[in-house]
Amino acid sequence: MSADGAGLGARLRERDLSAAPAALNLLESASASDRRQATALLREVSPAALGGEAAGHVIGVTGPPGAGKSTLLSALLKQWRARDQSVAVLAIDPSSRRSGGALLGDRARIDFDAGDRGIFIRSSAAGERLGGLSWATRAAAHALAAAFEIVVIETVGVGQAETDVADAADTVLLVVQPGGGDALQFLKAGVMEIPDLLVVSKADLGQIAAQTARELSAALRALGRPSVGVFAVSAVAPQQGIEELAAALAELGAPGRVAERRLRARRASAISDYAHEHGARGLRALGGRRAAERLLEARDPGLDSAALLAALEEAAGL
Amino acid sequence: MSGDSTPRLPERDRPWMMRTYAGHSTARASNELYRRNLQKGQTGLSIAFDLPTQTGYDPDEELARGEVGKVGVPIAHRGDMAALMEGIPLAEMNTSMTINATAAWLLALYIVTAQDQGVAQEELQGTTQNDIIKEFLARGTYAFPPAASMRLIADMIAYTVEHVPKWNPINICSYHLQEAGATPIQEIAYSMSNAIAVLDAVQERVAADIAAKDGSTDSAQAEVQKRMEQVFGRISFFVNAGVRFIEEHAKLRAMSVLWEELGRERYGISDERLLRFRYGVQVNSLGLTEAQPENNVQRIVLEALAVTLGRDARARAIQLPAWNEALGLPRPWDQQWSLRIQQVLAYETDVLEYPDIFEGSRVMEGLVAELLEGARAEMAVVAEHGGAVEAVAYMKSALVDSHRERIRRIESGEQVVVGQNRFTESEASPLTDDAQGGILVVDPAVEAEQIEAVRRWRAERQQQAVDAALRELAAVAREERSGENLMVATIAAARAGATTGEWAGTLREVFGSYRAPTGVGEAAALGGAEEVDELREQVTRLQEQLGRRPKILVGKPGLDGHSNGAEQIAVRARDSGMDVVYEGIRLTPAQIAASALQEGVHVIGLSILSGSHRQLIPAVIDALREAGVTAPVVVGGIIPEQDVAPLRQAGVAAVYTPKDFDITRIMRDIVELVRANGSSSNGSSANGSA
Repeated sequence: MSADGAGLGARLRERDLSAAPAALNLLESASASDRRQATALLREVSPAALGGEAAGHVIGVTGPPGAGKSTLLSALLKQWRARDQSVAVLAIDPSSRRSGGALLGDRARIDFDAGDRGIFIRSSAAGERLGGLSWATRAAAHALAAAFEIVVIETVGVGQAETDVADAADTVLLVVQPGGGDALQFLKAGVMEIPDLLVVSKADLGQIAAQTARELSAALRALGRPSVGVFAVSAVAPQQGIEELAAALAELGAPGRVAERRLRARRASAISDYAHEHGARGLRALGGRRAAERLLEARDPGLDSAALLAALEEAAGL
Repeated sequence: MSGDSTPRLPERDRPWMMRTYAGHSTARASNELYRRNLQKGQTGLSIAFDLPTQTGYDPDEELARGEVGKVGVPIAHRGDMAALMEGIPLAEMNTSMTINATAAWLLALYIVTAQDQGVAQEELQGTTQNDIIKEFLARGTYAFPPAASMRLIADMIAYTVEHVPKWNPINICSYHLQEAGATPIQEIAYSMSNAIAVLDAVQERVAADIAAKDGSTDSAQAEVQKRMEQVFGRISFFVNAGVRFIEEHAKLRAMSVLWEELGRERYGISDERLLRFRYGVQVNSLGLTEAQPENNVQRIVLEALAVTLGRDARARAIQLPAWNEALGLPRPWDQQWSLRIQQVLAYETDVLEYPDIFEGSRVMEGLVAELLEGARAEMAVVAEHGGAVEAVAYMKSALVDSHRERIRRIESGEQVVVGQNRFTESEASPLTDDAQGGILVVDPAVEAEQIEAVRRWRAERQQQAVDAALRELAAVAREERSGENLMVATIAAARAGATTGEWAGTLREVFGSYRAPTGVGEAAALGGAEEVDELREQVTRLQEQLGRRPKILVGKPGLDGHSNGAEQIAVRARDSGMDVVYEGIRLTPAQIAASALQEGVHVIGLSILSGSHRQLIPAVIDALREAGVTAPVVVGGIIPEQDVAPLRQAGVAAVYTPKDFDITRIMRDIVELVRANGSSSNGSSANGSA
């Protein structure tokens, strides 16, 4: 028999962190009865049930393998816990599936106090394509944001696929290591358009890290995104830049910005789903993409993307 | 060989130094054992420390639970070292210490103890293992991150070359690489690369020391070169020898060729004596079997031949494992048997009467050339990664791959292991039918006594002096003073009465702690084996039943760092199609319980080789059940037969020991266990809703 989805959802809504493991077991399951319970769970943590957006700040931490994401995360965890903020981490392991199975080693790389009930870490394997997020991860991020103050999605990203993280997270933090011409690579890949914050890791390497940070700032200016913060950080002793980074993240986690971003993401996702389903003709029936956006802006901001999609279809008489 | 007509040496060679790797329970009990061993004709000491001492924890710290006095002697402060060496004249003794992360500290305690005996540090002879890279790769008793660890090693070498000139400050170990599955080529290449990393770090340290004193004049440069010659001459190796003893002998000859080459070409050494490849040896434990353990005696004898037969590559010091190491901890009698093997070889046979017996052998030369070629190529790969420190992750995954290949050959019967995968019929063994199963069982009361003792020590010492010494240690450890040698502050802290845990804890504060790469993430998939395909189908069916992919947690509780077994299980579980949360070594029961709960695993696999399973496994199970985790637990490791029933009683679903070498079969058991567990819970809830 499946677990009681509605009950778990209600516990998360009431910020009962101990509901997280069972909630994740349910959301990851593919069996039909579990799926029904998962839907019930998600209903309990929807903006409608919460009376607004989930309060947790969903932060995507992405970057190439070996860039220092786990080390950075360990340092940030200490900052957040020192301020008594609860944290859930969804670690999407880079090791690709082999023979169907996967080795999940991220947990061992993150340094944290195992006795601390305010930290929850769940590992899963990367999906079919690198950087892609599974349905379960998106749903989990959403559900956990109702209970935890900070939800981190840690993925390996090396190119376009990071757009998945950008859709699921309120704030995207891209980690690169100094040198190696990473900045140029990211420009080429179009990844620079995604992050809200850039971290150059291993600042203990000195000059080379500062140089990389300068290159990245220049690249961002050229892209017309001068407001994106660039931080040179050393997460190992002696630490530098961690507190500043945590402060910048806190600022980006302000409720107003998060709500606005999620609303935009829901509308964009409804329109893209609509276009995917009904094609250019469908869009023309609404008077074009811009008209579709105006139409959605007039709707209740509490509606989820499925309801927004239904609204578009209704307006087009489909 | 000269043109003399006699094939004999004019005078019989002196035997190598004979040691027994020993220590257990307490400093006092170990001291008695050492004195008895010396009376039996042993010519040097080889100290085995317990895991808390090796990793820098006091007996009363959480991670030390179950490990105190188990695989060696606990040494928490200079009082313990004094008790360990009581009545043993340190001016004459040659002492080898298997100690790495905390080597600087244990040497400091030894120096202070000698001074209290009225012996100056200049007179001390012996060896500290001090090879941290192989700890990251194979043995797991590291404490600090790589850069800080290399500084400690460089500081210690620079200090001993100047102040303890007869000491071998480091033993570059190829031993543990073989235990982790290395092929002879990997063993040669990785240990030589490791030596290069150490020598380069020492060169930097020595140059800085001298520049601080004399500036960078020509005479200062000559001084650096002179000091590096001494350093090179003091570096020795600690090697392994497996049962393929002819190839193993060739391996040692190849190592001496490479070492000389390295000295001449990279470090500009020309003095023949300093270029000599010096090594001590502990022969192979990996190949010792739990099945028909008496067969291990002949394996050990043959392995001893690998390191004694040819004079040009003969060991300087030998310690042999005991026949029952795959069963548990050896008793004094078992160790005596191994010492007697050495004595028969040295005193009864004619092995010491001839010049090198392989000189001119085409077979031997061919083998050496083959190994040299392979090793040089592999050393180039490590160099491309930026050297041994940078290449730890690469070397680790290469070792995991080799080890898996070895297991595959044994499973398939391609590699014969007598008594294990062939000729398995056996009479009951009279060697193992005593109450303890033929091994040493450490009294569990030892741990409580040691906790009590270290607390008393802390209460009775001069606290102010200790605080001041630790403050100074922390200050010297910091970046700003990295130009100073840490040994001075370390010896001062030892003198003041600081404890092992305090010394390491102070440095952990400054250096940070560290987890080594596990090597399993990148291990290649096992191709083609039919049995694994079958297993994969079972896992797929199980996934349908569970709704999610079966997920297993694999980890090692306690301080034991021998992770080969756990790694092989993790990789095979992945190859079977499971999701594997691999947490590596040094986990507390609380960590394991938190991981199992948060990760939603269906089964938990624990591995322990240090003999602490009787304490640790029940503690883990309690923590799991308290966290509400009902997933079954399986345990693997060196578990004596008589401990299996108590572990089952504590709630362990299955116990695997070295005689269960067929990992595919273990996997099949685990899949079945998860299936039964899943359907029993499904079953009961179905009844509930009916």
